[in-house]
Amino acid sequence: MSEPLLRVQGLQVEFKLPRGVLRAVDGASFEVQPGEALGIVGESGSGKTMTLRALVGLLPRTARITAGTVEIDGVDMTGAGKERRRELRGRTVSMIFQEPMTALNPVMRVGRQIAESPIVRLGLSRRAAHARALELMRLVGISDPTRRAEAYPHELSGGMRQRVMIAIALSADPKLILCDEPTTALDVTIQDQILKLLGTLQRELGVSLVFVSHDLAVIAQTCSRVAVMYAGQVVETGTVEAVFREPRHPYTLGLLRSVPDFDVVRERLASIPGSPPDLASLPAGCRFHPRCPFVQADCRSGAIPLIELGGDRATRCTYHERCAEDVRLEPVIAGV
Amino acid sequence: MAVAAEVVAEAQLVEHRRGFWQRWYRTPSFVGGVSILGLIVLAAAAAPLITQHDPAQQDLLHSLGGPSSSHWLGTDDLGRDVWSRLVYGARTDLRVAFLAVLFPFSIGTLIGLLAGYYGRWIDTVTNWLVNVVVAFPFYVLIIALVFVLGPGTRSIYIAITLVGWVSYARIIRGEVLVAKRRDYVLAAKAGGLSDARILFRHLLPNVITQAIVFAMSDIVLDILAIVTLGYLGLGVQPPTPDWGRMIADGQTFLTTHWELSTIPGVAIVITALGLSLLADGLADLLRPE
Repeated sequence: MSEPLLRVQGLQVEFKLPRGVLRAVDGASFEVQPGEALGIVGESGSGKTMTLRALVGLLPRTARITAGTVEIDGVDMTGAGKERRRELRGRTVSMIFQEPMTALNPVMRVGRQIAESPIVRLGLSRRAAHARALELMRLVGISDPTRRAEAYPHELSGGMRQRVMIAIALSADPKLILCDEPTTALDVTIQDQILKLLGTLQRELGVSLVFVSHDLAVIAQTCSRVAVMYAGQVVETGTVEAVFREPRHPYTLGLLRSVPDFDVVRERLASIPGSPPDLASLPAGCRFHPRCPFVQADCRSGAIPLIELGGDRATRCTYHERCAEDVRLEPVIAGV
Repeated sequence: MAVAAEVVAEAQLVEHRRGFWQRWYRTPSFVGGVSILGLIVLAAAAAPLITQHDPAQQDLLHSLGGPSSSHWLGTDDLGRDVWSRLVYGARTDLRVAFLAVLFPFSIGTLIGLLAGYYGRWIDTVTNWLVNVVVAFPFYVLIIALVFVLGPGTRSIYIAITLVGWVSYARIIRGEVLVAKRRDYVLAAKAGGLSDARILFRHLLPNVITQAIVFAMSDIVLDILAIVTLGYLGLGVQPPTPDWGRMIADGQTFLTTHWELSTIPGVAIVITALGLSLLADGLADLLRPE
């Protein structure tokens, strides 16, 4: 296997709040190979967005990376200076946001927004950058780019805006694109088009994707590997195929069981009981134990390490065999 | 579905094309303000063409004369043509006011941008300075500063800049505090753009509207300040005509020739009205969609 494009090891992000220190991300580790798509899935507040923002060094002011390393294309982001990090952003790694309406500058024509990075970062002339912007707009499936380039963001539909966002993300030829729930704000039909577009771009341009979403179907459609996050920790990793077919963590299992499915009429469409824990007062032991159907006495004390399962899989559950057993009794297909 | 979206997008595009240039004439305050101000500016610009006398030309034989075909608004105590002085006074006062608003506008906007964007010590120092300046009444501080600096237009510019920047800094700082949390700023950072670029290319166009609207009403304040200073003898120095000086000079004859003070007073009110209407109309037209 070649050198990974992104290597995150033991990443820890803490918020300093008046009521104490809050650990939003606790020891996240994962790798992304060149041209690969990794999904990070979890409920809101599980730390997935903070993980993403930590990767490019764009955390909110009250948050800090307190431990761990982020290596992008061989450069250690956590140790790099401010300028070096800025250098990497856009050129090596860029980002797509959830809400394209707010992520585009409302008073700037979209053509100029796409052309900005090529001018500033690639040193193209105005004319060349404009031509490149039109080319990028064509690439992301915007018809009549010459006319649309003159539009302001509010004149475009949600899907168009997200396409513009993708064009901007691509504009300085990055190797890695971080996607923060890029389809959550869109209609289902548009969502599908955007996901297909991202898949095509990944295959044809060979860019890597890190795809954050709470939607399992979105992850299944776009990614080859997945990391499941819960309460700031990565609780399970593996290939999408393996994890979704045979989850080895009760949280993943619960997520998959709670996806409605048209093909198989489930006997139980379960939701996970309870709600995610408050990061300020985490339960002792396994963080999922208060909601876990398989909870044992020793789950309630002592941190659970990430257990390697072989075949590029790992789980943070001592009793992962029980999940496997449960799945054998009643398979999860979950529209994957 | 896609076709429907296209059609909607099309409609929105057309709707927006009907932007500023298609809407301004349907905004009564804007039209009113532009007309009033336009007439005054036009008169000031064409001053030599629409007056028959030099505004400083004294004619003691015809002092305190009433309106006539030669002196449309009569003459003052030194026999100077009131109409000429009014029109040339508009020239002086408008020019000084517009220039006097430019400096605090630029400096205040820059400071507000930096304070709002970087926060920390820049913001602390800015807020401290703003509070010091705001603690004094506007006119009192300007009059005191001009008094110390010595009368004249240069002092007016300096005093108004020293006092006026705080309003712009406060407006822009507040706008930046809101705008910098928007995703497009984060997106610009994620694209590796420099702080200077984010500040001036992305944030500035988004926050400048409020400052422009305020500048219109600020010109009114400045005209009043200039006129007040002229009235106190601290402003534009004679023989350059100025409305404040006209009011002060006419005051002596208020019981017999009330029009000498009233005419420039009315001119000030009309100018202020024009500017206020313009500010109001601009606020409507430039409001972000």
